[in-house]
Amino acid sequence: MSAAPEQTAPGGTEQPGDVLAEAGERVLEGGVGLTEEQVRRVLALPDERIPELLALAHEVRVRWCGPEVEVEGIVSLKTGGCPEDCHFCSQSGRFPSPVRSAWLDVPGLVRAARQTADTGATEFCVVAAVRGPDARLLAQVRAGIEAIRADGNPIQIACSLGMLTQEQVDELVAMGVHRYNHNLETARSHFPNVVTTHSWEERWDTLRMVRAAGMEVCCGGIIGMGESQAQRAEFAAQLAALEPDEVPLNFLIPNPGTPYEDYPVVEGAEALRVVGAFRLALPRTILRFAGGRELTFGDLGAKRGMLGGINAIIVGNYLTNLGRPAWEDLDMLEELAMPIKELNRTL
Amino acid sequence: MSAGGVYCGYCGRARDEGDHGACARRLGVVDPPRFCAACARRMVVQVTPGGWTASCGRHGESRSA
Repeated sequence: MSAAPEQTAPGGTEQPGDVLAEAGERVLEGGVGLTEEQVRRVLALPDERIPELLALAHEVRVRWCGPEVEVEGIVSLKTGGCPEDCHFCSQSGRFPSPVRSAWLDVPGLVRAARQTADTGATEFCVVAAVRGPDARLLAQVRAGIEAIRADGNPIQIACSLGMLTQEQVDELVAMGVHRYNHNLETARSHFPNVVTTHSWEERWDTLRMVRAAGMEVCCGGIIGMGESQAQRAEFAAQLAALEPDEVPLNFLIPNPGTPYEDYPVVEGAEALRVVGAFRLALPRTILRFAGGRELTFGDLGAKRGMLGGINAIIVGNYLTNLGRPAWEDLDMLEELAMPIKELNRTL
Repeated sequence: MSAGGVYCGYCGRARDEGDHGACARRLGVVDPPRFCAACARRMVVQVTPGGWTASCGRHGESRSA
């Protein structure tokens, strides 16, 4: 496939070529993600070109990731009372959110893992609302993993426990945690508007240690937190530079009591543009539909997203919010003839 | 604790005060109940992949179907 010829505007001013044609050559044929500037142009495409964008993104996903979809479930081990001030989060202890603190006990964790495995999921992510884990939390994680294994559940375990020290990274590796989630959340330039109690760089440091220790890196963010289109492109480029194994793509759920409670839900067409653009920026990465898709897309979007570059989903509920029932997503995958990734195979 | 109690499970305000249409649109779609429908206390809610439980200190536990 060749790139579209450069267009020349009246008056002789050179205009950039068609970005989807460029993506066809660079991403689809070459397997190389779009540059930040190209992502910005994709995000500026008019609505009528969204189907074309999604079709290309789907083709890229199938070419470079294959037809399989990775299914994951997540659970909140420690809910609420977080000392950080992530403005989107209903679990921050700094905001008047109705979410109250709670700990899930080990039997509850085992049940949640079993529920997740029963959907055919290969991944179960244990999440805690903390700045970073303390000894008590790590002991609970260790006991939980041991109990899940004693239950005969072979599902792969991921964790999301905030910022880590090297010693804690090593502990998680020793427990058999194979993937660690730590979201950069948004563009580096926008991060100080979202979080003030720690820095983007501190998150990056944890990700670097996780990667070096041999755990898979899961790192994504949330769309719809007041970032500009340029910052969305910046974020995609920063994620691409990180080369994560997985990028979860969330859309803001404006939760009551948080600073973002009155932010508008991301409009469906806009969200689809983001899905396609992120796939073109990250052609070989697991791109996961995560929180907020129910509000953002309604009934329309899940299928269009799956046919627009997404190759992984969180099924069932999220940490404090509800999702679609797992069976609805599994039925959708069957209808789309998208096979679910088998356990112990990597995409 | 029925969903049709005195208080709204989403915002905790009395059901007969104001419009709770937006609350209803959130409840069950992306939100579990956070306030006890009988007394408006904030409940301890645990969301799991397949459901939720919500505990009120006075009125006990409710759970998703």
